[in-house]
Amino acid sequence: MQENKEDWDLIIKPKQSLFSIDFRALWRYRDLLLMFVKRDFVAVYKQTILGPIWFFIQPILTTLTFLIIFGNIAKISTDGLPKVLFYMSGIVLWNYFAECLTKTSETFTANANLFGKVFFPRLIVPISIVVSNLIRLGIQFLLFLCLWLYFYWNDANIHLNVVALLLPVLMLLMAGHGLAFGIIISSLTSKYRDLKFLIQFGVQLLMYASPVVYPLSSVPEKYKWILLMNPMTSIIETFKYGFLGVGVFDPIHLIYNAIGLIIILFFGLILFNKVEKSFVDTV
Amino acid sequence: MSKTIIKVENLSKQYRLGEIGTGSLSHDINRAWHRAIGKEDPYLKIGEVNDRTVKSDSNVVWVLRDLNFEVKQGEVLGIIGKNGAGKSTLLKILSQITSPTQGSIKVKGRIAALLEVGTGFHPELTGRENVFLNGAILGMSKTEIKSKFDEIVEFSGVEKYVDTPVKRYSSGMMVRLGFAVAAHLEPEILIVDEVLAVGDLEFQKKCMGKMKDVSEQGRTVLFVSHNMNAMLQLCSKGILIANGQLMMEDNIDAVVNHYIGISKQGDFLNENYPSKGNKKAVYRDFYVSDENDNRIESVVMGSDLFLNVLIERKGDIKTWDVSFTIRNAMGEAICHIHNLHDNFVIPSEQHQVKLKIRLNKLLFVPNTYFVSVWTGCVGEAYHSIENCMHFDILHNPNSNRTIYPHNVKVFVPSKWELTYKA
Repeated sequence: MQENKEDWDLIIKPKQSLFSIDFRALWRYRDLLLMFVKRDFVAVYKQTILGPIWFFIQPILTTLTFLIIFGNIAKISTDGLPKVLFYMSGIVLWNYFAECLTKTSETFTANANLFGKVFFPRLIVPISIVVSNLIRLGIQFLLFLCLWLYFYWNDANIHLNVVALLLPVLMLLMAGHGLAFGIIISSLTSKYRDLKFLIQFGVQLLMYASPVVYPLSSVPEKYKWILLMNPMTSIIETFKYGFLGVGVFDPIHLIYNAIGLIIILFFGLILFNKVEKSFVDTV
Repeated sequence: MSKTIIKVENLSKQYRLGEIGTGSLSHDINRAWHRAIGKEDPYLKIGEVNDRTVKSDSNVVWVLRDLNFEVKQGEVLGIIGKNGAGKSTLLKILSQITSPTQGSIKVKGRIAALLEVGTGFHPELTGRENVFLNGAILGMSKTEIKSKFDEIVEFSGVEKYVDTPVKRYSSGMMVRLGFAVAAHLEPEILIVDEVLAVGDLEFQKKCMGKMKDVSEQGRTVLFVSHNMNAMLQLCSKGILIANGQLMMEDNIDAVVNHYIGISKQGDFLNENYPSKGNKKAVYRDFYVSDENDNRIESVVMGSDLFLNVLIERKGDIKTWDVSFTIRNAMGEAICHIHNLHDNFVIPSEQHQVKLKIRLNKLLFVPNTYFVSVWTGCVGEAYHSIENCMHFDILHNPNSNRTIYPHNVKVFVPSKWELTYKA
C-alpha cells in the first residue's frame, strides 16, 4: 500500500468495505446530534398554543378511545388490571416504537436536499430521531407514573417488582428496533418508493400484532409464537409485568429479542452504509 | 514548493439518464448477477462523453471522465466550465456527498464545502437557533460556534432579527446569515460553489474579501463561478472542465481567456454557425474596440467603448437597420442600441458597410458583458447572433465610490453643482 506512506487524511474512493462506520466521525458530530434533537423538539410545537402539552394530550386521548372501544364495547380482557393503566402502558411504549420507525424510515427521502448539499455522517439523522423521541417517551412515561401512583394509592390490583428495573434495557431494545427497522426501510425506499406506502398503514396494523389492546395471555397457545416474533411483544409484556405485576415475563424472550436486534441492526447498518454513498444519485 | 493537499486521480463518475425507479430493478438484478459470477459490472462499459447538446443513445453518461489534477496548499483554484460540464459533480465528490464511479481523491486536512448557503435552516427556528444548527451541520462544535457567534451575526448584518424565526426573513437575509456561518468555518480546504450569485453587491464584496483572507492564511480554496471577474480577482490557478474532461490546467488568466474564447463556440462568422435570420445580409466582422480601433476586451468603468460591425449585402434589401443588445453575465439585458434610436440611416444600396458605434461613458457595474448583434428591417431579420462579443467593465481606480448599491446595473453620467450655500 503506497498510499499509506503518503499519509493522506482522507481518501475518497468508489466502493468502500461492506461495513465501514466511522465511529470517530459520529463522535465528532455529536453536537450536531444534539442540535437535531433540539430542533425536532423545539420546532414541532412552535406556533401552537398548547405547545408541549400535546405530548400529554395524544396518549390521553388514545387511551380514552381504547377504553371506550376495546374496554367497554368489545370488552377485551386486561388481565384484571385497571384498564386505563393497561392501555396507557401499551400506548406509550408502542408510540415510541412506531414514531421511531416511521420517522427513521423517512431519513433519506425527507432529508434529500440536506444530504445533497452537505456531508456529515448520515447515521446522525436516524440516531437523533431515536433520541428526540426518547425525550418524548420520558415525558409520557411521567404521565404514566402519575396515573400509576394514583391507582397505587387507591389500592388497585397492581404490583411493582424488580423486573421494573429492566426499564432501561427495554428502552434500549425499543430504540434499537426502531432504528434498525427504520434504517432498513429508509435504505430501501431511497430507490424504490413502494415501501413508503406499506409503512404508512403497516405500522398501524402492526400495533394489533402487539399486546397493546389485549394481553398476551389471552392469545391461544398455538398462535403465541407468531406474536412473539414481533419484537415489541416481549418488551410490552415485560414492562407490564414489571410495573403492574401481570404479564408474560420470560428472560429467554428478551435474550432472543436482543440477539435478533443485533442481527437486524447489523444488517441495517450495512444496507444504510451502502445506500448513503450512492443515494444522492438515485433519490 | 508547497505540498500537495488534494490529489485527484483518474476520477470518473457515471450517471444513469432517464427515469430511475422500477425500470432500474432489472439493471440491479443484472448487475448483482454479474457480480455473483465474478464478472465486471456490465453497465460500466457503456456510456459516452457528457455532452448535453447531443442526444445520447445509451442511458448512462460519464459526467466526469478520467480527471487528474493536484492542488497545492494555499492555492485558490478556480474551476471553470459551461453548465453541465461536471463542475458541481466534481465538488459533490470532493465534499463526499456522492462517491465516484472510478478513481480516487486523496486529501490532507479537513474539507468544508459550501455548495449552498443556509443548508438545513429550519424555517420555524430563530436566526440564533439556526446559526447553531447550521454551524453544527457544517461540522462546527457548539463551543466553536458560541465563541464566534457575535462575529457571525455582525458579519451577516442581521443583528436586529436574530431572535425572529427565519421564515420571516427575506431571502437576502437568509443568504447573509447562511454565508456568515460558513465564512467562519476554519477548514484547511474550503469549497465554494456559485454562492456569490445571490446577495447584493456590498455583501458579495464582503464574501470575496473573506475568501481572500482565507487563502492568505495559507488555506486552500476551490471556487466555482461563472463570474470571470471574481475568478480573476480570487484565484491563482484555474482548471477548465468541458464535457466531463479536464481541458486545461494553468494560471487563472490563461484559463479564463481560453474559456471566454471557447464559449464563443467557434467561429461566429463561419457560414455554418447556427444563427438566426434569412441571410439577406451577413456579418463579415464585428468587434469591440477603443477609439483608435484597437480590439479590446475590457474598459474601465466610465470610459468610451466602440462597437464595430462589417456587414455585406447578399440579397434584395430596401432598408437596413442594425441593433445591439448588451447582457450581463447573468444573461440580463442591460441596454439596447439601435440605429433608428439615434436617427442614423444606413445606406442600403451599398454592397458592404462598416459601422462604428460609440457608447459614451459606459457606466455599467463592473462585470463581464456580452453583446448580441441583429440586422434586418421591420418584421424581418437578416442576420442575428447572440452573445458574439464580450467585454469586461473594470472598476475605476480613480473613483471614490467602491461599493455599488443592490441590484443597480447601470449608472448615468451626472454632474454635480452646488446651488445653495448658507
